[in-house]
Amino acid sequence: MRFVDEFRDRDLIAALSRRIRDVSRSPITLMEVCGSHTLAVQKFGLPSLLPDTVNLISGPGCPVCVTDVRFIDRACALSERDEVIIASFGDMLRVPGSRTTLEAQRAAGRDIRIVYSTLEALKIAKENPERSVVFLGIGFETTTPTCAAAVLAAEAQGVTNFSVQSAHKLMKPAMTGLIDDGVPINGYICPGHVSIVTGTQIYREITERYNVGCVVTGFEPVDVLQGVAMLVEQHERGEPQVEIAYRRLVTHEGNRKAWDTMLEVFEPCDSNWRGIGVIPESGLALRERFAAFDADRAFEVDSGPPVEPQGCLCGEVLKGLRKPNDCPLFGTACTPRKPVGACMVSSEGSCAIYHKHAGEQVA
Amino acid sequence: MCLGVPGKVVSIENDIAKVSIGGVMYNAALALADTVEPGQYVLVHAGFVLEVIDREEAEETLNTLREYTNLYTELEIGGER
Repeated sequence: MRFVDEFRDRDLIAALSRRIRDVSRSPITLMEVCGSHTLAVQKFGLPSLLPDTVNLISGPGCPVCVTDVRFIDRACALSERDEVIIASFGDMLRVPGSRTTLEAQRAAGRDIRIVYSTLEALKIAKENPERSVVFLGIGFETTTPTCAAAVLAAEAQGVTNFSVQSAHKLMKPAMTGLIDDGVPINGYICPGHVSIVTGTQIYREITERYNVGCVVTGFEPVDVLQGVAMLVEQHERGEPQVEIAYRRLVTHEGNRKAWDTMLEVFEPCDSNWRGIGVIPESGLALRERFAAFDADRAFEVDSGPPVEPQGCLCGEVLKGLRKPNDCPLFGTACTPRKPVGACMVSSEGSCAIYHKHAGEQVA
Repeated sequence: MCLGVPGKVVSIENDIAKVSIGGVMYNAALALADTVEPGQYVLVHAGFVLEVIDREEAEETLNTLREYTNLYTELEIGGER
């Protein structure tokens, strides 16, 4: 496949691994904040290609994992209403709520449908005018513009039975929040596809105020190693900077159209990140103009008290303070088939990824 | 949800592109992209085209990285390490 295979070239991987070994002298901790990076690192066995000086840790880059449990409880409660159709991305279905899951609700006969695109959810609304479609909006700056586009299309087409329950979030407040919290990070492997939309502007403060290097990195093994190499070189020179490794898709300006579309519909709000806590101005809520499309305003729901699982270390894992196999429940009480915490459910969750790929070589 | 995948635009009709990803055809909305043309390679995410892949940048990146391959091959031929 074009633009995939070339970036899996074994000679390039070997050369980059060699380059990193040659340059890296002092210990460095690099955090990635994107579920797809977590997956790429483990799936391609990248830690085994790096010297002991380089410590790769995973942050809260899995949008499903950081979604407040009350969001799921609300969605499950809404699904009880006959007129409601819940439309959701697939991996939300198995995330444990306080008492149940969307998957269990679906098995019990409630109308819950998996969609791959927000426009599919809008289409379901148009095809079912007597029902009310609630789209569960999760995702960062890569996905939120797609939700905004659907809301704008709904407004333009006069669709009145479509709404969004938003748990969308912004990446940067979590990235600075973790450093403020004392998580030791020397450099950020910045999310490649979020950055297509945002450009590099959002990372300037991280470098200027916190002296943490930021390199926007793609997702093939060559891409990830290139990003690591650039961060290691910055660290050795003592010159943290904002750089783009993923130049075939990311520019400093970003995709203005996607960015503007997102902010036309959404505005920042305080948001609770599951396992981490409230991060100010890190969430995205529908603006007043789109109140009619906001499920939180449209529906009065009592979803009961929120309950979190005991013993689950998802919070520590999401902050990069512990690895999945540090959790007492990992692989025993908590497995992909019977997950306790959100990190084990999502295809982008650290625990699910470790369980599948890290196997014997967990460090 | 950084599940973007590269594909080739085959045709465009009414703001929807038909994109070939690994030989399978997908629809991708163009509402978030600037000008997109058939024949271009694009990144598709959640049913939308997010950006056109810059082929020159891709080549430049690969060429820069190939310099490391050449460097280490020469060092090995020269008996280093």
